[in-house]
Amino acid sequence: MAQRVVAIIAALVVAGLVIGPVTAVLWRGGGFTTLSAADLSALQFTVWQAFWSAVISVALAIPVARALARRSFWGRSVLISIMGAPFILPVIVAILGLLSVFGGNGFVNLVLEPLSVPKLDIYGSHGVILAHVFFNLPLAVRLILQGWLAIPSERFRVAASLAAPVFWLLEWPMLRRIVPGAFAVIFVICIGSFAVALTLGGGPKATTVELAIYQAFKFDFDLSKAASLAVVQLCLGLGAGLIALLLARGDMLGAGFDRVVQRWDGSRLLDATWIGLATLFLMAPLLAIFIAGLAGLFDLPIGIWGAASRSFLISLGAVALTMALALPLATKAGEAASLLGLSVSGLVLGTGMFLIVQPYVQPSSVALPVTMLVNVLMALPFVLRILRPGVDSARVDFGRLGQSLGLRGWALWRIVYLPRLRRPMGFAAGLTGALAMGDLGVITLFSRPGQGTLPMAMYQLMGAYQMEAAYGAALLLVMLSLGLFWVFDKGGRAHAVV
Amino acid sequence: MKTTLITVTGLLFGTAALADGHTPVLTVYAPDYFGSEWGPGPSIEAAFEERCECDLQYQTGDLLPRLLLEGARTEADVAIGFNSDITKQARDSGMFAPHGLDLSPLTLPIDWNDDTFLPFNYGHTAFIYDNTKLDGFDSFEALLNAPDDVRIVIQDPRSSISGLALVLWVQAVYGDEAEAAWLRLAPKIVTVTQGWSESYGLFTDGEADVVLSYTTSPAYHIIAEDDLTKSAAIFEEGHYFMVELAAKLATTDQPDLADEFMAFILTEEFQTMIPTTNWSFPAALPVEQWPEGFQDLPMPETVFFYDENEAAALRDTAIEAWRSALSQ
Repeated sequence: MAQRVVAIIAALVVAGLVIGPVTAVLWRGGGFTTLSAADLSALQFTVWQAFWSAVISVALAIPVARALARRSFWGRSVLISIMGAPFILPVIVAILGLLSVFGGNGFVNLVLEPLSVPKLDIYGSHGVILAHVFFNLPLAVRLILQGWLAIPSERFRVAASLAAPVFWLLEWPMLRRIVPGAFAVIFVICIGSFAVALTLGGGPKATTVELAIYQAFKFDFDLSKAASLAVVQLCLGLGAGLIALLLARGDMLGAGFDRVVQRWDGSRLLDATWIGLATLFLMAPLLAIFIAGLAGLFDLPIGIWGAASRSFLISLGAVALTMALALPLATKAGEAASLLGLSVSGLVLGTGMFLIVQPYVQPSSVALPVTMLVNVLMALPFVLRILRPGVDSARVDFGRLGQSLGLRGWALWRIVYLPRLRRPMGFAAGLTGALAMGDLGVITLFSRPGQGTLPMAMYQLMGAYQMEAAYGAALLLVMLSLGLFWVFDKGGRAHAVV
Repeated sequence: MKTTLITVTGLLFGTAALADGHTPVLTVYAPDYFGSEWGPGPSIEAAFEERCECDLQYQTGDLLPRLLLEGARTEADVAIGFNSDITKQARDSGMFAPHGLDLSPLTLPIDWNDDTFLPFNYGHTAFIYDNTKLDGFDSFEALLNAPDDVRIVIQDPRSSISGLALVLWVQAVYGDEAEAAWLRLAPKIVTVTQGWSESYGLFTDGEADVVLSYTTSPAYHIIAEDDLTKSAAIFEEGHYFMVELAAKLATTDQPDLADEFMAFILTEEFQTMIPTTNWSFPAALPVEQWPEGFQDLPMPETVFFYDENEAAALRDTAIEAWRSALSQ
C-alpha cells in the first residue's frame, strides 16, 4: 500500500513537471493555435524519420546484442562501455565526427575515390537516419543485451540438450517483451531531433517540429504556437508509449538458478562480423573526434574547468534525483508516463519553468537546478526502460518468496530487489550522468557569466572562432562523460550477484 | 541519497553571485556569446566599473524572448546585442526608453538616427572561402554561376540571424527573382545549419569550400592565427549590412547608470575593444584607429539595409523564396 502511494506521488511529480511548464507557456501564449501547412509537413517528416531511425536502430541492435550475449572475449566489457559513447555526445560534436567519416572529404570517400565509385553523399533524409542510428544503436544494443542476459541460462542448456529451437523458444519471447519499449524510447528521442535533422538533412526539406518551435519562440515570440507544437510532441510521445505497452507481450520465463552461465550455440563467425561492423561504425567517428580534440585539449582556457565542475555537479544531482524517482516508478504505467518528459521540447519545458519561477526568484539564479531538473525528466524514460525488465522479473521470480518470508517495504527492496538490479541500476545511473553532462539544455535560455556548463563553454568557444579549443573542450566533455558512465556502469556490474 | 541531494542543490545554488548591498548594480542583458569569457563582455565590464563605481552584472541568454517573457518585471537596466532585423518587435513592446545621445560620433556606412536603439558594432554578411583553393567571386552572379561542385554551407533563416540576413540580402539583390536565384544556388548548397558555429565548423573542417559568415571573419584568422588564407568574397552588387544595438529599459531602477553605460558605448575606450573581442567593425571609431588587420580588410562599396519595418514586412517572402527553392 505504502509502495503504491510513493509510486503515485512520483508519477504526479513527473507529470506535473512536464504538464505544468507546458500549460504555463500555453496560458501565457493565450491558448492553442491552428497549425500551418508548413507545420504539418514538418510534423510528417518528424514522424517519418523518427519511425525509420527507431526501426533501423532496433533491427541492427538485435544481432549485435545477440552476438555480445553469446560471446566472451578479451575487452568485451570495455567495448560495451565505450560503445555507449555516441549516445552521450553533444550533437554538433557527433555530427562533425560522423562527417569526418562519411562527409564529402571523409574517410569513406577517400577510400572510394580511387575506385571510381560515385561519391557518397551523406546529406539528405538518409543522412538524418544514419546519424540517429549512430546515436541510438548503442542504447538499443544495451537494452536488448540486458534482455538476453536476463534469460535464465539453464534454459539454454535444457534447450540444447533437447535440440529445441533456441530462438523461438527462448529468444523470441524475450524480444517481444523488450523490443517495443526500446523502439518507443528511440522513436521519442528522434521526435525531438533538431540540429541533426537540419545539418545532415541538407535543407528545409528536413524540417522537424522542434525547429518550428525554436523559430516560433526565438523569432516570432509566438508562445501559443510553441506550446501547441509541444502538445503535438506530447501526444506523439504518449502514443508511442501506449503502443509499446500494448505490443510488449510475452510471458516471463520463470526463475532459474539466478547465475550467468556460458553459452556455446550460434555461429562464431557471424557473431564476430556483427560485433566488428558495429564497432567500426560506432568507433570511427569517435576516433576522429579524439584526434580533432587532442591538440586543443592541452591548452584549454582556464574557465573551462569551472564549467566542467558545474557540469559534473549537475550530473551527479541528476543521477541522484533520477534514481530516487525511477525506483517507485518502475511499473508499466510509470514507464508510459515518463515518456512525457522526453517527448516534449526542452525549449518549451525551460520556458515554462522560467515563467513559473519568475514571480518568485531571478530565473538565472536557478539556472543550474532547472537544467538539472530538465535532465532528470529527459533521462527517466531511459532509466525506466533499463530498470523495468529487471524489476518485473525480480517481482515475479522472488516476490512470493519474499512475501512468504515476511519481507516488506525497504527490507524487500534491500534484500531481494536491489541486489538483482545492480547491473541495470549502474547502467541507468551512468547513462543519466553522462547525458546530463553533455546536455546543452535550457541553460542557454537564462544564465549569467561564470555559471555556464561545459557544453555551453564549448559552443561559446566555437562562436568565438576558437574551433581548436572547442574541439578540445568537446574531447574533455566526452572523456568526463564516458568516465562517469564507466564508473557507474562498472560499479553496477562489479559486485552484482546476478 | 537525500544528503547528497541537499549538498548538491546547496552547491548549485551557492554559486549564484550575491550582490554587495552598498554598490549600485547595473544589470545588462546580453546574448550568450557577448557575456562569455571569450566575448567582449568581460573587458567592457572591467572598463565600465573603473569609471562608474558600480557593479555591472550580465544576464545572458536569448535577449528579446527573455525580455518579452519578463515584461515590466524585468530587472534589466540595459540590453545589448539586438539585431536590427528584429528590433520592430522590441520597439513595439514599448519596453525601451530613448537614449538621448548625440549620434555624430557614429562611423557607420549608413545614416543612423534612431533615438532608442544605439549601434555598437557592425558587419556585412559575406561568403568566406580559402584563397589557396578558390579564386573567389566578385559578384553574386559569379557565385550563382560557379560550378555545382563548389560546396557552400549556409545557416537556416528560421533559426539564425545571419541566415535571415542572407535571405534578405538575396531579396535585396534579386527582388522578385529571388526564388530563381536560390534555385541556381541550391545545387551548390551542401547543407543548412541551425546556427553560425555549426556552419563555420564545417568550413574549417574542410567539409565545405565556402561558408556564409561576415566580412570581418578573415580578421580573426589574420590577427589571432597569422593565417592569411581566408578571404571574404566582395560582391559588386553590394552586401547586406548588419548592426548590433543596445537600448535602455524604460523600467530601469538605475536610470543614471544606464545613461552612463549608453554614453560609454560611443566612447573610444569601448569602441577600441570591439574589433578583437567581437570580431566586428566598431560603430563609432574612425578607420585610422582600427587594428591593423581590420584596416586592410576589403570593404564592399554598396551596402543594402532594410530598416526594421521593411525587414519585418519582407521576412516571410524572403524565407519562403528560400524554402520553396531549396525544397525542390
